[in-house]
Amino acid sequence: MPECKCCSKVYFKMVKCVLLEQLQHFVNQLTHSVASAHLVRLYDRYQALDKDNKGYLCPQDFGAIKELAMNPICDRIIGAFFTSGQEILDFPSFVRILAHFRPVDKNRPKEPNSPDPINSRSNKLKFAFQLYDQDKDGKISRHELLQVLRSMLEKQVTEEQLESIADRTIQEADLDRDDAISFEEFRKSLDKVNIDHKMSIRFLR
Amino acid sequence: MPKFWIPFTVTYIHFLLLLLDTSSALTPSPIPPPPSTTHGNYSLRLFSVDYHHVQAPFEIVLWIMLASLAKLGFHWSGRIPAVVPESCLLIMVGLLVGGVIYGVRHTAPPVLSAEAFFLYLLPPIVLDAGYFLPGRLFFENLGTILWYAVLGTLWNVLGIGLSLYGLCQLGDWGLKEVSLLHFLLFGSLIAAVDPVAVLSVFEEIHVNEQLHILVFGESLLNDAVTVVLYKLFESFLRMSSVSGVDVLTGVCQFVLVGLGGLFVGLFFGLLAALTTRFTARAQVIAPLFIFLYSYLSYLTSEMLQFSGIMAIVTCAVTMKQYVEANVSEKSNTTIKYFLKMWSSVSETLIFIFLGVSTIQDVHMWSWPFICSTLFLCLLWRTLGVLLLTAVVNKLRRNAVTFRDQFIIAYGGLRGAICFSLVFLTNELPKKNLFITTTIVVILFTVFVQGMTIKPLVELLDVKKKKRVLPTVSEEIHCRLLDHLLSGIEDVVGYWGQHYWKDKFEQFNTKYLKRFLIREDKQPKSSIVRLYQELERREQMGEDDEGRKERSPAIEENQTQSRPLLPEEMDSIRRILSTNLRNFNNKHITAYSRHTLHQDFTLDASRKSRLRRHQSLGERHSSTQTHVSQVQVLTTPSLHS
Repeated sequence: MPECKCCSKVYFKMVKCVLLEQLQHFVNQLTHSVASAHLVRLYDRYQALDKDNKGYLCPQDFGAIKELAMNPICDRIIGAFFTSGQEILDFPSFVRILAHFRPVDKNRPKEPNSPDPINSRSNKLKFAFQLYDQDKDGKISRHELLQVLRSMLEKQVTEEQLESIADRTIQEADLDRDDAISFEEFRKSLDKVNIDHKMSIRFLR
Repeated sequence: MPKFWIPFTVTYIHFLLLLLDTSSALTPSPIPPPPSTTHGNYSLRLFSVDYHHVQAPFEIVLWIMLASLAKLGFHWSGRIPAVVPESCLLIMVGLLVGGVIYGVRHTAPPVLSAEAFFLYLLPPIVLDAGYFLPGRLFFENLGTILWYAVLGTLWNVLGIGLSLYGLCQLGDWGLKEVSLLHFLLFGSLIAAVDPVAVLSVFEEIHVNEQLHILVFGESLLNDAVTVVLYKLFESFLRMSSVSGVDVLTGVCQFVLVGLGGLFVGLFFGLLAALTTRFTARAQVIAPLFIFLYSYLSYLTSEMLQFSGIMAIVTCAVTMKQYVEANVSEKSNTTIKYFLKMWSSVSETLIFIFLGVSTIQDVHMWSWPFICSTLFLCLLWRTLGVLLLTAVVNKLRRNAVTFRDQFIIAYGGLRGAICFSLVFLTNELPKKNLFITTTIVVILFTVFVQGMTIKPLVELLDVKKKKRVLPTVSEEIHCRLLDHLLSGIEDVVGYWGQHYWKDKFEQFNTKYLKRFLIREDKQPKSSIVRLYQELERREQMGEDDEGRKERSPAIEENQTQSRPLLPEEMDSIRRILSTNLRNFNNKHITAYSRHTLHQDFTLDASRKSRLRRHQSLGERHSSTQTHVSQVQVLTTPSLHS
């Protein structure tokens, strides 16, 4: 990796061209078409986030984003990028996570045997489910729900009210009465919500 | 069956009273001579009637009474309101009354004066609309709404004006002396979609909220465009020549009118919010401030020649959250009730007067002109909607479907605003013809389009609105998704919708709320509010079954000491039940008008309550205590 900043910029530009072609193919597999212009923008953004020019991103880089730091669930969002406790995020993984937020392409014909594209409704919901389910046991326990509620509601509510709200949430969704919300129950409780509308960024169309 | 006729007979009796009174007003009644001039001729009378003394308020009250009784009558008659929208029925009553008055007195009945309409009848309706506007949905669709309101209205005005001019030049209708500017003026007043008519019709057809807000928002915001164009063309007609500079001034005027109305509204809204901060010791007059400030904003904006509707809507939207936080629950209920009542009365009066004013001496009928105006109005609206939607769909996440577009085009109803504007203008030659045409267009849109839109909605299977509140889970998860999307947008560096919403929320919490809301009133998150609202409604459902029997039970429960921090599920349940009883105590009065935005259906709340109690009973065997508690509390109502 070159030491001085100007050389590293040139280096990255060269790497970018090679990388982008490979990436195009990779991302096309994921989402069945991404405009290369978007990829270029994402790559520029990736580089801008990588302040020390390491070539990869670490959680501190995310923490340095000012607006993100004010988000009540910022740790969970950062955690969602760095799956399985890794400290290194390369560009393909970065794109992979962000690809969840592409709007669903309604015009694409459905191929029966191919897997769901990454931005399908159920994959979007799985991503959201992960934000709750930190211990990855496939269920949102009451404790996990309380944690999320606490971070979202912060100083506005008493502990009692938080507990009651958590209880009510579980009671509404929990169909097999195991006092936790599984992914299926989660999905069912969000049946009436237009997830595609809520979890899409036009930037990535 | 006999009951059905009573309101109608009472209504007709009031008609006759009205006629008698107004006819007696024409014949001079014997005025008792002043005592100073005569001595001795003056005899003491046991009983005398002095109508002149009370004439003005008496007649006003009679009209309002007529309108309200008519409305009452419709709701009693069962099947008719399902087919014919209320606005049509009211216009028909107005036509009837107008016809009777004309027949008896052989002169034209009183006409809805433009001043009375714009200053007294329109503001309550718009205030009510603004106060209950679904804020989030409105702002999410604001771009599209502005697109339709501004560009759509411009398109319609120019289209109708130019094509009518062209047709009149080509056709032999005796209108050749009417210039292009006159037609543009006419186009500007007839092209605008009317919020009153839209509200009254769309309220009954329950389409999905997005469609509703698009049409309704457009009808509110196009007022700015209409006002500017109308005044512009009127002033052009008075000027001897029109130069390019004048057109440019017109364009700047449009921006000024819109933004001016907005800022006047903002100013008064914030002022109202600030004032309510100090009303803790005089809670009874708190609602009065709301109405005063809103009306002031409307009047100020009209005085400055800005758009009054925009001012009052902005005022209502701005002050709502702070007022609701500052003011007591009873005052909140009062505000809502009064708004609904006044807007209801206004709307009824407007439609009745529309009917009455149709009976005129001044009509001038011309088949080709009227039919072509009607046709062109529909044509240009449809084309406009199609074109604009094609462009705007590329920028929206949620495309506006063809069915929605059809409803938007078909729901472009004209109403009393066009009517008043056409009466107000002095610049139109052959004014009678234009008045007749306007009336025909209004009646056509309200009757034909108003009546057929409901079956069309069903036929086209337009997505209907959800009639229940979101569940707490939905609210929480949606909130989480909002935060997630906001975070992702920050990561990607994209300033999307969520970014601006977040920024506004931060500004709001940091500065505005601290300044405008009383210190002791904690701003509650929408999740908590929703949860409390849901629980409260469930309690109100129980309330309606047996309030009196319940009160001793409530008092019993209140003497229980406040529970400590919960350790187990059953103590949590006990807390839930005591908390619920506390909410119950605060919100005793139930408001159940069907037109309130938070569409509360008793059945839905009762069903969810039953479900909850059932699930509570089944889930934990350890909560036997709670179940028995619930049973204890419900048995009093069963004994009723």
